[in-house]
Amino acid sequence: MNRREFAKLLGLSATALSGIPLGVTRAVGQTKGGTLNTIIQPEPPILVTALNQQQPTLTLGGKIYESLLRYGSDLKPLPGLAESWTVSPDGLVYTFKLFPGITFHDGKPLTSEDVVFSVTKVLVETHARARGTFLRIDKAEAPDPLTVVFTLKAPFAPFLNSFDCTTAPIVPKHIYDGTDFRKNPANAQAIGSGPFKLKEWVKGSHVHLVKHEGYYRKGEPHLDEIIYRVIPDGASRAVALEQGKVQLTQWTDVELFDVARLSKLPNVEMTTKGYEFFAPHFWLEFNLRVKPMDDKRFRQAVMFAVDRKALLQRVFFNLGKVATGPVSSKTRFYEKDVKQYDYSLDKAKALLDEMGLKPGADGKRVTIKFLVPPYGEIWQRSAEYFKQSLGRVGIDLQLENLDLAGWAERTSNWNYEMTCNLLYQFGDPALGVSRSYITANIRKGILFSNIAGYSNPEVDRLFEEAAVATSDAKRQELYTAVQKIVVEEVPIAWMVEQDFPNFIDKRLKNVITTGIGVHETFGAVTLG
Amino acid sequence: MSTLKSFLRHPTGMIGLIVLLTVVILAVTAPWLFPDDPWDMVGAPFQPPLSEGLWLGSDMLGRDVAAGIAHGARISLIIGVISTLTSLVIGVTIGAIAGYFGGKVDEVMMRITELFQTIPGFILAILLVATIGPKISNIIFAIGIVSWPPLARLTRAEFMRLRGREFVQAAVCQGQHPLTVVLRRILPNAISPIIVTGSLAVASAILIESALSFMGLGDPNLMSWGFMIGAARTVIRQAWWMSVFPGLAILLTVLAINLVGEGLNDTLNPRISRKR
Repeated sequence: MNRREFAKLLGLSATALSGIPLGVTRAVGQTKGGTLNTIIQPEPPILVTALNQQQPTLTLGGKIYESLLRYGSDLKPLPGLAESWTVSPDGLVYTFKLFPGITFHDGKPLTSEDVVFSVTKVLVETHARARGTFLRIDKAEAPDPLTVVFTLKAPFAPFLNSFDCTTAPIVPKHIYDGTDFRKNPANAQAIGSGPFKLKEWVKGSHVHLVKHEGYYRKGEPHLDEIIYRVIPDGASRAVALEQGKVQLTQWTDVELFDVARLSKLPNVEMTTKGYEFFAPHFWLEFNLRVKPMDDKRFRQAVMFAVDRKALLQRVFFNLGKVATGPVSSKTRFYEKDVKQYDYSLDKAKALLDEMGLKPGADGKRVTIKFLVPPYGEIWQRSAEYFKQSLGRVGIDLQLENLDLAGWAERTSNWNYEMTCNLLYQFGDPALGVSRSYITANIRKGILFSNIAGYSNPEVDRLFEEAAVATSDAKRQELYTAVQKIVVEEVPIAWMVEQDFPNFIDKRLKNVITTGIGVHETFGAVTLG
Repeated sequence: MSTLKSFLRHPTGMIGLIVLLTVVILAVTAPWLFPDDPWDMVGAPFQPPLSEGLWLGSDMLGRDVAAGIAHGARISLIIGVISTLTSLVIGVTIGAIAGYFGGKVDEVMMRITELFQTIPGFILAILLVATIGPKISNIIFAIGIVSWPPLARLTRAEFMRLRGREFVQAAVCQGQHPLTVVLRRILPNAISPIIVTGSLAVASAILIESALSFMGLGDPNLMSWGFMIGAARTVIRQAWWMSVFPGLAILLTVLAINLVGEGLNDTLNPRISRKR
């Protein structure tokens, strides 16, 4: 312990002592105050989550901007800014009741007008993912300051899953109304209604958040301040955690190869919880327009030929689960009773033989170009793994490395044969899954659309009906049916449900409480 | 013959030659020593050296490090030699034209050379490979492009020195074609320093290729030493052998080529050679 840490400890115990006579801290068994040091990387360009949805922006902005709802790790809605909500039986009218006494960081009250403005004016213009959902709103009304009523053009079941802080952050109408949102000078101050407000942002060094005194949840936030430190180098981030200079890491702050080693540190706990809403799904992408990938038997052979358990262990350092189909097992409507593709080279070879793809003199049946996405280590190793695995059944992959722009351009314009990809599921199959399979989403030039070119009218129908069905039981039935078909046809070879590690100092409590994980407000977080 | 004898008596040059020959033999016999593809996952991952069937251990995917080094030797040597030949062709041609004709031609040629000399070679190589794509032919081309200027300057200097000699002027007076003068009269007399510099260029080509592969700009379908170190970088605390052995391979090969180059310099340079 150095002198500064000792001084800090003295300071902390002083606050704790002064708390005793007042009978506050001890009475509720929680410690008030304290500073949370954590990491943000890479440094976000802006903190306004309504305008930018890059990962670091969302992680940091989740403390500044709140939305109507939160979601548990089962992805069921929980109260956020909205205290309660109702859905009409026909699935068209959603009514939200706000908590009383919500204020923005500048002291002005947050009312239903701000919600209507944020959803129907700002987000539909600035947030691609939110736009798809909120354009379905026919009417948005604010009958009184605490009530918001959305009437949809047609039922859309995942509507209620679109009010987390990363999809629908509420911004102040009195600041943004009638302005150019992206150029508004107030963007630098990032005024939201979350439990923490921006005090100082030293570019290249840190972002300093302090307690929002007027926060509507009594007693929250417990922490006095949060400091997000910009540490671009992976090794330095690991050292910062080892030395206790930061008490929390998220996403890829700790590189995967370091996870096992750092998990043994005595002062921190590692959890992969809190990514249920995102549920990243890693897969092999085919271009179904290219022979022989248009044949279902070829794609099934690929599924049989890759030992996905070994891939998970060797490349992903066991952080994740083997994926069994299009829907992540972490999310709702997952169906596990689908066709299983156990690792079997014999089955793969039999399917390829049946197709008439016989091995040539050199043992190769077919040569396919594989674009390696330039996202780093794991992607490169996975590509090598696929090359070797498929090589064993006579499918010769020729790897091609590209830069990020080149890869995005080639894949989104269908100028590829095989590649791999990672997509988030966003809490509902209608938001994060169907986009990769439905015919209507075969859109040239758009990266996370149905780039494989898969088209099956029955699949289209099931996804469409499931999106508008109003009962969960009915939706489950439809999604089960569609998962069975899609897993049989393998338009995409699902590999791994990737996990990300959070390292949390053991003195911190209530960090990962929901399916949004580290993007939550942190109002309830305490430093004991 | 006397040159060969002189070289054989050169102690460090001989050490270099022996090491280099070992690497060449390793490269040539790799398909027999390690018949499997070096990318094959032959064993459990992260096996330390001297594990069963894995003399130098295995990497994170269970690939044999020894097989990688043997097959990597082929790639390193091929790239080293061919890219040096490429730069020799460019450098000697430009240097010879500049040195032989002099005047305006020399001016233009040297300005072009300077243009290339002012750009840091490795940065230009990265840029070229990143732009035209990481394929072995492109990598050879990129290394050739960045390493010819010193050869051009050297050749030019030699040609300017020999251009005024009587035997050259005699050949010109006899009406011999300039090409004949250049190739048959001047070049043979200028070749020794070019050979020495060229041999050292092989070493630097191997280093550039390793550095490119380390940065992930190697040909992803070919096993190379730089790639092995690059892939091992992240797990160096768990598996030192993954980076140490290919690192040693690069060190020994480059050192050997340098020793051979120095030996050649000493034997081909009559002043030093005669002193022995």
